[in-house]
Amino acid sequence: MGGLAHIIESEGIPTTQISLIRTHTEKMRPPRALAVPFELGRPLGAPNEPAFQRRVLEEVLKLLERPAGPVLEDFADAPPVADVEADAEGWACPVNFAAPMVDISDADLVYQSLLQEVNLLRPWYEEAVRTFNRSAFGISGKTPEEIARVIADVLIDPAGTAPPIDGETIGTGFKRMADDLRYFYTEAAIAKPDQRSTDLEVANWLWGETTLGKVLAAIRDASMESEEPSLKRLAPTAMVPTHQRHRTRHG
Amino acid sequence: MVHLSQLPDHLRDALVNQELPDYESTPWVAAKPLAESRIAIISTAGLHRREDSPFVAGAGDYRVIPDDADMDALMMSHVSTNFDRTGFFQDVNTSFPIDRLHELVEDGFIGSAAARHYSFMGATPPAVMEPVARDLAGLLKQDHVDAVLLVPV
Repeated sequence: MGGLAHIIESEGIPTTQISLIRTHTEKMRPPRALAVPFELGRPLGAPNEPAFQRRVLEEVLKLLERPAGPVLEDFADAPPVADVEADAEGWACPVNFAAPMVDISDADLVYQSLLQEVNLLRPWYEEAVRTFNRSAFGISGKTPEEIARVIADVLIDPAGTAPPIDGETIGTGFKRMADDLRYFYTEAAIAKPDQRSTDLEVANWLWGETTLGKVLAAIRDASMESEEPSLKRLAPTAMVPTHQRHRTRHG
Repeated sequence: MVHLSQLPDHLRDALVNQELPDYESTPWVAAKPLAESRIAIISTAGLHRREDSPFVAGAGDYRVIPDDADMDALMMSHVSTNFDRTGFFQDVNTSFPIDRLHELVEDGFIGSAAARHYSFMGATPPAVMEPVARDLAGLLKQDHVDAVLLVPV
């Protein structure tokens, strides 16, 4: 981010930026930056908090009116905490799943198990689309059913699976599909009204309590050792979030 | 994802101690008053319209987000698995404050919003991004952009 600021400002256009990792900004010294105390992925603080988002935006834009720099300011306030009932026990998935499959050695059975999960989640996914008026599902251009089939096949025979998206490697095609299906599950999981979820809670459920999570972790393990370069390249950091890698053999 | 300060040491260190380019000085261009400024947003969240192709790992290219695009149809194909997306799923403004920017135009806080905004995918080596970003600066000038807001993810 700081690099872009240097480049664009040196081309003659003033820049200002939000900084999520203050130490990076201290080192890179871009012209103007507002360091915010928010989690990664939420540079404006919180969803559906327009007044708060607006304050952040005004503060970062106001840095453009400073007479000299570099300027690195702090935005001190934490994002607003939702009004959750005191007795609420935090987030819970709206659907009760059976435990994830134990034996995941048969592609057809894995596919059937993934389909069951997709079918249970679909009404909640649809609810999420209505509630949020948006969906990030669709990167791969495939349906959840098509994705489930490919994921089951990659699990059993990673290098032998045909590239699932025309013109892309197995790794890129698989990555887009796996991200898509995780988005589908995640959007469904946060659809229930009046529940504030955290990324970590939803991830603990997806990676710990669903067949999809178990299968994706197993694919990551296989990809670490795979001869297929496009899978091997993505395996270390782009398949499983750092906070879920304890579930994998390679960590 | 949790806040950086709550991450285990090894994860925080890996993130914080990334190799960063060294800059001997900081460029500085005086900005116009905000109320007269045309502002463009550049995000590094790997955002794009549904009809555009997703980002590929290591890519230094960007996608154009027209100011009148359907922002609720924006996709996020950032390769990283290590930041929160639940905020973005609920409200695009959590990571791309486009509705807030338009409100600031209506209220006269800024002059106007650019005709086009842009998204890169962060975590791309600066050397790969640099020629593309210099070219992009030319496009911003053609659009008469007075200042750029950079938003990480």
